Amino acid sequence: MNLLAVSKLNVRFQTPEGEVAAVSDLSFTLASGASIGIVGESGSGKTQTAYALMGLLAKNGRASGEVIYDSVNLLTLSEAELNRRRGAEIAMIYQDPMTSLNPYLTVGDQLTEVLQFHKAMDKRAAFAESVRMLDAVRIADATKRMSLYPHEFSGGMRQRVVIAMALLCRPKLLIADEPTTALDVTVQAQILALLQDLRREFSTSIILITHDLGVVAGVCDSVLVMYAGRVMEYGDAQNVFHDAAHPYTRGLLHAVPRLDRAHADAGAIAVGSRLNTIPGNPPNLLALPSGCPFVPRCIDRSSACLTTPKLEDFAQGRQRACHRLVNELTDLDAPHGTTK
Amino acid sequence: MLRFILRRIFLEAIPTLLVLVTVTFFLIRLAPGGPFSSEMNVPPEVKAAIEAKYRMDQSLSMQYLSYLADLAQGDLGPSFKYKDFTVNELVNKAVPVSFKLGIVAFIIALIFGVGAGVAAALKQNSWIDYSVMGVAMVGVVLPNFVLAPMLALVFAVWLKVLPAGGWEGGQFTFMILPVAVLCKHYISVIARITRGSMIEVLGSPFIRTARAKGLPMHYILRRHALKPALLPVVSYLGPAFVGIITGSVVVETFFGIPGIGQLFINGALNRDYSMVLGLTILIGTLMITFNAIVDILYGFIDPRIRIK
Repeated sequence: MNLLAVSKLNVRFQTPEGEVAAVSDLSFTLASGASIGIVGESGSGKTQTAYALMGLLAKNGRASGEVIYDSVNLLTLSEAELNRRRGAEIAMIYQDPMTSLNPYLTVGDQLTEVLQFHKAMDKRAAFAESVRMLDAVRIADATKRMSLYPHEFSGGMRQRVVIAMALLCRPKLLIADEPTTALDVTVQAQILALLQDLRREFSTSIILITHDLGVVAGVCDSVLVMYAGRVMEYGDAQNVFHDAAHPYTRGLLHAVPRLDRAHADAGAIAVGSRLNTIPGNPPNLLALPSGCPFVPRCIDRSSACLTTPKLEDFAQGRQRACHRLVNELTDLDAPHGTTK
Repeated sequence: MLRFILRRIFLEAIPTLLVLVTVTFFLIRLAPGGPFSSEMNVPPEVKAAIEAKYRMDQSLSMQYLSYLADLAQGDLGPSFKYKDFTVNELVNKAVPVSFKLGIVAFIIALIFGVGAGVAAALKQNSWIDYSVMGVAMVGVVLPNFVLAPMLALVFAVWLKVLPAGGWEGGQFTFMILPVAVLCKHYISVIARITRGSMIEVLGSPFIRTARAKGLPMHYILRRHALKPALLPVVSYLGPAFVGIITGSVVVETFFGIPGIGQLFINGALNRDYSMVLGLTILIGTLMITFNAIVDILYGFIDPRIRIK
């Protein structure tokens, strides 16, 4: 049973320079208790997808298409109807825990208000429940910390507070927008482990937005690779990572620095050698090239790529948008890689 | 907190006031003419007696030192102009008048300024926003000496519903026009500051968090946005409060209100040395006090700068 079915989601922004196509024809489904990773570079439309689902787009932004959650289209709900679900059934975690908490209110106030609004709890019950949730995200001395302000917490602690805040009402869907990007590596691992535990404990579905492929591999069942607001590849996480079928996905995977490989292999970090990159920059969303948006940076491009490739099934449960056959693509990870 | 206040008084307030007194004391004496230059045909011995009474026969440095000695006891000396009164008596009579006028205008300016600013911010780029900002711009630009006679002409002369001037112990009808003129500028400035900071706060990530929590907008506004949006307003309020109380020279003169503004004008015109000095000290003290209050208020609003 699908908890969430997104189909043909488009996000457009009206700007003085013209219309920006932040997300184009995005479709995916998410089963109850499952998790999906949305991967892409900065500006690929990951975060705007999340804001569109939450109804949090900036004033000049407009979302069209369908986001069916629990058999209602979230995009057509009124603010009041949306508010009944936001924070209660659908919750969100943000990239920057430094700015996503209100610096003028105590952590306790910011936690309890969620329960007071959604569960109609009185102050005392909301306080007790909030302390329980802070315990659950492993914040020591929770009762004492309730009366502290966000600036009195460290970055990792704040992100735990944000996670606790998101989970207070046991949401069915949790959208995590780069939850570990602003944190140092050891704290990242803790937060990810925490998300995994909580997912098991509360059977919450998770949409994990990130540019860190390692994070997705560790946490997600399926992966959606976005580029310039479009889906490039979509499928089971194991398949996508072990057998990437799109030149962009391959480029991303190839760009991950590997410390564990022999020095002669492609992708290894040798002293003084350069890290692998995908040459070029993401396109300007104001003036997308016609055809496949990845063409200028693609090492496997052909004349066919000047028409936009459709996102099509090519194997059981896998989709990709590319004109080339999978076995025609350059194997970047081959020994002594054949980078053109 | 106590340490903060003590430090404020002894390390900041007193030295500042001392500099203020010194500069004013010598500056006003540098101005051409003197307090008694208009009293012609006075026999020399009478003039000498008068000058002795006001210590004008002593050297300037002696005058300065004895003024400081009196000041330390809270004595602002006799008025040079109103010879039967001390400055303390005159100021004590004028201060309540100016305070009453000022506080009423201040409260009105605060309520309407913040209200209009918030409304404009919420409906940014709508007709509400444009009309609030348009009226506020006129409010800043239109001088009091133009608005005061205009209002008096309309409400006192044509409609005959309000008195054109006078105070009568601060009766309600006598306060309407002066208060309206006095708060106009402050409403406008407060509305503009509030709008700007509110727009900035509403665009901040923690407001997005609050919206993602499913909280209704009116609650987010009151609970999450108002405090941070008011910080810049609060820093304006300290000087504004002092200005609104003491700076109503035009309003008090035009409507014939016996407040500080009138005393100041007359004091300066008549070279009433002790009056000008006394009022300068009063305004300086108020300024320092209200800036300190603003600093303490900051701490109440923003926990990150709370004084421990």
